[in-house]
This record gives sequence, structure tokens and C-alpha cells, in this order.
Amino acid sequence: MNKQSYDLVVIGGGPAGLAAAQEAYDQGVKDILIIERDFELGGILQQCIHNGFGLHHFGEELTGPEYAQRFMESVADRGIEIKLNTMVLEVTPEKMVYAINSTEGMLEIDAQAVILAMGCRERTREAIGIPGSRPAGVFSAGTAQRYINMEGYLPGKKAVIVGSGDIGLIMARRMHLEGASVEAVLEIMPFSGGLTRNIIQCLDDFDIPLRLSQTVTKIHGKERVEGVTVSKVDDNLRPIPGTEYFVECDTLLLSVGLIPENELSMEAGVELDSATGGPIVNEGRETSIEGIYACGNVLHVHDLVDYVTEESKLAGKTAAYFLQDKIDKRKERVEVIAGNDVSYVVPQQITDKVADRKRVDLYLRGRRPLENVRIIIKDGEQELFNKKERVIKPAEMITVPLSEKMIDDLNSEQIEIKIVKEGA
Amino acid sequence: MKQKTEVLIIGGGVVGTAIARELSKYRLDVILVEKEADVCTGTSKANTALLHAGFNADVNTLKGKLNVRGNELYHQLEKELDVPIKWIGALVVAKKESDMDKLEELLENGQQNGVPDLEIIERKELFELEPNLNPDSIAALYAPTAGIVNPFELTVAFAENAVENGVEVLLESEVLDIEEQDDYKLVRTAQGDIEAELVINAAGLYSDKLANMVGSDDFEITPRKGEYYLYDKKLDIDVNHTIFPVPTEVSKGIVITPTDEANLLIGPNVEEVEDKSDLANTREGLDKVMRGAQETISDLGMNGVIKEFSGLRAAIKETEDFLIEASEKVRGFINVVGIQSPGLASAPAIAEMVVEIVKDEYGQLELDTDFNSDHQGIPRFRHMSHQERAKLVEQNEDYGEIICRCESVTKGEIIDAIRGPIGARTVNAVKRRVRPGAGRCQGGFCEPKVVDILAEELGIEQTEVKLEGKDSQLLIEPAKESLQKGVIDSE
Repeated sequence: MNKQSYDLVVIGGGPAGLAAAQEAYDQGVKDILIIERDFELGGILQQCIHNGFGLHHFGEELTGPEYAQRFMESVADRGIEIKLNTMVLEVTPEKMVYAINSTEGMLEIDAQAVILAMGCRERTREAIGIPGSRPAGVFSAGTAQRYINMEGYLPGKKAVIVGSGDIGLIMARRMHLEGASVEAVLEIMPFSGGLTRNIIQCLDDFDIPLRLSQTVTKIHGKERVEGVTVSKVDDNLRPIPGTEYFVECDTLLLSVGLIPENELSMEAGVELDSATGGPIVNEGRETSIEGIYACGNVLHVHDLVDYVTEESKLAGKTAAYFLQDKIDKRKERVEVIAGNDVSYVVPQQITDKVADRKRVDLYLRGRRPLENVRIIIKDGEQELFNKKERVIKPAEMITVPLSEKMIDDLNSEQIEIKIVKEGA
Repeated sequence: MKQKTEVLIIGGGVVGTAIARELSKYRLDVILVEKEADVCTGTSKANTALLHAGFNADVNTLKGKLNVRGNELYHQLEKELDVPIKWIGALVVAKKESDMDKLEELLENGQQNGVPDLEIIERKELFELEPNLNPDSIAALYAPTAGIVNPFELTVAFAENAVENGVEVLLESEVLDIEEQDDYKLVRTAQGDIEAELVINAAGLYSDKLANMVGSDDFEITPRKGEYYLYDKKLDIDVNHTIFPVPTEVSKGIVITPTDEANLLIGPNVEEVEDKSDLANTREGLDKVMRGAQETISDLGMNGVIKEFSGLRAAIKETEDFLIEASEKVRGFINVVGIQSPGLASAPAIAEMVVEIVKDEYGQLELDTDFNSDHQGIPRFRHMSHQERAKLVEQNEDYGEIICRCESVTKGEIIDAIRGPIGARTVNAVKRRVRPGAGRCQGGFCEPKVVDILAEELGIEQTEVKLEGKDSQLLIEPAKESLQKGVIDSE
């Protein structure tokens, strides 16, 4: 076994891993290794050839590969070490990282700190249990995206898309532009799970119908998909008998959710949050194991890569401060609770004292679409924060800042963040 | 092209391949034909994968006789064929006092069949074995000799070991017709004609259709669908044994069992269907499976499910038993049919029995002294220690490239599967042998890579790579192709 050691090992060379490594380097950690399983850095951005990335972070509109390229170059400029085509097989609680590639064989890497940045995977047809046959032609939207944009093949010519998450919307446009016909995008919820701009730019602009409160209830075809049965659903998302109709198609794409990929984290003993599917972290993105951090979609599924970058820089900085012994723990840790109409909040805890910090940002998602609400943070009976929001969508992440002073002045060990209708 | 053989086996399921392997111990020309592009694509690929202990079937049936013997033979086969079997034992769980009589009945029946070490255990011991059972469980019949096996690896191993010992396996060779000649049968297949002295009908669901071709029309196969849910390995509900509810008059109930790869499997329901190729899952069927499993372990739900599938059992309704005999109506035609549960457990014993029938038909057979009983499976990277992995990748760098992250499958294993004695030709055939796509992402990440490796190894285009059947291509055409045609048309 090939034994190596690094101060910091970053698992995953997508946008999260790259930004984390870059920031840790800039904070003074020079002995860094990025481990990437694919043949190139950039992660899933490399197959996202559409534009719309970077508006917040760079103030300009980039494609996925362009956004990735900026970070790949900045990592290269810093001379940060990279292993491509390398799969991490195990991370131990003692931060021993076991990985393999075909040139060096099995690697046993002793790390002082580890940043988990493995991203997420797509929920499948099987996970949601769509009945019917199991022919060729059923793809998750991201897999279809890879086939078209990376491999150069069209997976079908007449498609139905289930789920109006962003990848589903992007792929509706992509299939259309490649000459396939997209019969419909079906969404089981009464609202879309995608960004508003994607509904306009990917569906409306191409006359692709979005059908809300509908889903596929049967897949037809023995060898290749021949069509799907679509049904309307009731308020409990159950198909309504009698509403079925048949749509002929040769392809079914699924965009029914993303799941943070935490199998390595679990084996390491990192505690997960059932609401995010990612690790429970403090405000510096440290997991339940000291010296192991998480950022990007492995932590929680983000709407925009710009926020992944922001969060990952924070994880990189905290890892650097940890290695430099610059972090003091607070006397009492503060739990951050997702309250009324909030599906989750990250971080779940505030535990550190950091000298040069001005504020802590809380990332949260609303549970359902709402209009004219107030976002309220309460410290026991005392209100820390109260702000009006005109529109809230589960698809779009909300950021709420807490100043360092507010944190210092907290009375209780638990703060609750909630969304309430105005006047309620 | 016309071929001649002494014995022709029709059907590449676990029964046909086990017979092929058993016959390869003798000096005999054997050909096995299979209509699909791989072995193990019918009933053998979609079942509960149990090596039953043998307490269910009546002692006077073939099921009762062959199950226990088959189970016993697997102890030797697991070593010879390098197929992983876990001898985890089975429990039939009683929930009310009236169930106790049924447990006693099963115990007695099992003892008559010769099932070793059967016992009835009390509630306390039961919960030590299975802490996650619903609290209303009161006792169980415990059968420690029951096991679980990977039916894909098993069937491929039977077939490949047969090939290693001289059997010819012809895939995509559907039998279209059988003509009786004076001292042989002329079997017309999709790949040409074969003259066979003896035909063994192990065609599973289609065995009645085959038999009808030669006028051996004394049985009918009824397809019975069973549906399943398969869970992620990382499920926080531990199950240690194969758990059956107490069977009722109408149903054997839903089984809960770990698989050999430590996934949890629940199913099957029973639904008679018309169409022998109807493998569609249904809402009603899946719901029955889930409700049935929850009666034993109520914590089970959709959380952690990674796959639904269904299989068809090939049942003879009149007898509900196996039918294994030389046809009385047609000389040189042996039916090995109606092999539903416990067919997988019985397969090696069925093969032994068929060899005896062949001997009756043929006279004594001469043992082949060159027979090599040992088959080397493909390395299982996923089950290795890091040290073993380090050694493996030193042999061949392809074992250092992980293609399937969920199941930790290397490129080397996939190439082995394609280059094997019965090489994988489709995405599903690769999955059956070495598991890329069998995990939680169901091939979302690795399928494009598997397609590339198949295309490269087989020397075909990516657009020719199939999921399973002959019209199951995954990719339609190179991107932009139809757009370019469109431009040319409009010019």
C-alpha cells in the first residue's frame, strides 16, 4: 500500500472542493491534496454547458465549464496537488483516507484535516417507485445530460420529463435544441421545483408545456420505452383514478430530486441531518468529527453554484484556521432550529469564536411557496431578526445574516428560525 | 450451418445450466441453446434468491424430495464454482396462538423431508435473533440450513463451468420448431438447425410451447407474477435471517430477507398473468408487498428503496409440483418443467435426477476423467480488504479504476465479465456478473462508462449497445445527426 500524508485532503474536485482548496491555500495551508474521481476537475459543471452561472460571484454570466475553468486555473496557479481518476474508498474517523487509482494503486493517506466535497446524486425512478416495465429509455436527467453534452449521443427523440427541478427544465430545452420533441414536463407538486428563470427560458420560450399536479403512473414498453401513463394527483399527491391519459414517447427523463452523497461520511461516523441529507455542521462547516468539514451539495443541495463557492470558501478557511490552531470554541454551543415553514437550515449549530469574523450567514429553504411573509429568528422570547419577504419558493435558497454581536449577546442555547404569514 | 449433438438443452436458466454442468462430467456432446443474449434472463434472474431449507413441500412431491438434497449440494458447489452463499437460516414467524399448530405442522413436514436442525424457538430467543420484528411476534420455526445466493453469479458459473468442460452454449438461439426424425430431433433455431439425439426441455415459462412442438402436450405453464422491493445496503433496519410469515390458505406471505450483497429484499406477491413476458410492476402489487412486509416489520417503508422488479414463476397448476421425466409420448424428449420455488434451491438435485434419466435413455454414461469441477469467479473488489485491493491492482491496473462508485466495481471486473467464457454482451449482463448499476444510483453515474467499455470491448458503436433484449438500445444516434440532416433537407 502506497502511504502518503497531507495537511489537508479535499475529497471531490468540483466547484465545492476547488473553492475550499483555494481558500485554504490562501489562508496559509500549502500541503493540500484534491482527490477527484473523474478524468478532469470541475465536477458536474463540466456537463452543464448552459449559461447562468456566476452572476453573484463573478458578476457575469458564465457556462458551467467556464465557471469551473476559473477555479481550475486558480488551483493550478497555486500549485495545489491533484489526483485525477482516483476514487476514495474510505475515510476513517482518525482522518485516514483510503483511495485507489490505476497508476499508484491503493493509497493510504494520513490527513490532518479533511474536506468532504463529493456532491450529490440524482433520485431515481426506482426510489420513487414508478410502476410499469423496465425498458431502455428511462434516464435520470443528469445522465441524459452527460450522454448528450459529454459523450455526444442523443438518448431519445420523443421525451417526457418527470419533475420540474432545474435539471429537468434545462434538459427539456437541451433535448428540444438537439432535435428531439419534448411532449411535456410533469410536476407532481402544484408548483415547480425549479428556478423561475429556468421555467421561462427553458420551457416557455420553446412552448414546452409544464403540467402541475401530474405524474407518470406507468411506464410502457418491453425493450424500449413506448409511452407513459400520466395521472393527475390530489392534494395528498395520490393519483386520481379516471384522470389517466397516455403519452407516446421513447424516452422518460427523471428530475425528481438530488440526494447528497454521504456514504463516505457515514462510514467515517459523521452525523447527518435527515432534513438536508448532509452532515450536521457548525457555522464553519465542521462536521460532528473535529477536523472533518463538508461543503457544497454533499452538505445540502444548493440552487446556485455561486453559493456553493461562498460556502466552500468558508469551509476551506475554517479548515485552515483549525490547522493553524486559530479557533476557540464558545462556552456553550447554540443549536439553530428550523421552525415553522422552514424545511432546513444550515449551519445547524454555532460553536466557534473566530477573531476576525463579522457575521454568520444562515442558509435556509422554505417548505412551500408563500407570499408576503416575515422571516423571524427568535432567541427564546426575544426577536433577533424580522424581515419581510414578498415571495418565498422552496426552489430558491434564502440567506439570513446574524451579526457577531447578535451571537455574542445570545441568551439561550437555541435559536429558532421561522417563516410566518404577515399579520398572522 | 447444421450442427449435431448428442444432448441439446433448451433454456439457459439455473436449471438448464445446472444440467449442462452436471452432464459435462460425462463423455457426451452437449449444446445448450438460449433465446436471449445472456443466460439467467428469465425466472432465474428475478426471484427471492433463497436456498430454502425444505420444510414447506409435501414429502411425496418432487419439491419435497429435491429441495433438501439441492440445499445440501450447494455446500460443495459454493467452493467449486466460487459463488458466494450465505447460510443465514430462515424463520417462520408466528403471531398468534393458532399459528403455533402451523409451525408444528411445518416442523414435522420438514423432519419428514430430512431437513436438519429444525426447531421451534420462543419469543425471547426470536427477538435475540431478530430485534426489529413487530412486537406481536410470539415464536418461530427456525431452519438454520436455509441460505441465500446470488442467482446471477450462480447461473453464470454453472454455464461457464459447463463451457470450460466442453459444453457449447449458443445465445440468441430461440428454438423455432422441433421436428421428429427417425433417431434424432431436428431443432430449428434462430441461429440454424441442430440435430440432437436427446432434447432436454428446460425452457421455463415457455416449456409448454416447446413441448407442444413435438406433441408432448401433457402440461401447461401458468405464469405467476411476483413483485419485489430492494433496499439500499445502508438501511438502518437490520435483518439477519430470511423471515417468512406463517403461510395461510390463500398466500405464502411476503418474505423479508437480506440478499447475498446485504441489501434487504421484500416480496413477492402472487398474481396470475396471461402474458409470459409481462414483467411490469403494478401499483397494486407493490402496495401488497409493502403492506405484507410491514405486518412483519412495521418500520419498513419507501425510505431506502433502490429498486422494484418482478419475476414470473412457471407453475403447473394441476400438480403445483415440478415435472421431471422423459416424455411418455415422445422418445428422446425430457421435460424439466414447472420449476417454481424451491427451484433455485433444488437445481443441483434436479440436475442429478436428469442425469439419471439421461442414463435410462442412453444406457450408462462414461465419466469424463478430464472434468474440472473448479470455476474461477471474477475478483470481487467490493468485498476485499484494502491490502487485498492493493495486491489486485498490482496485477492489473484496470482494477484500480472504479467505474461504479455505489458498488465499488472496477474497470477490470467489467472487462473480465465481457471476456468471460460466456461474455456479457449487454449492460444488464454486465450488471448481473459484476454489479455496476446495481446500487443506489441505479447506474446514473456508471452507465455511460459501462456503455463505453462494452462498445470498445465488443468493437461496436455506442449506439449499438443494448440494455438487454435485441431492441433495447440505450442511445438513438450521435447528437446533432438529425439536426444536420434537417439542415441538408431544408437546403
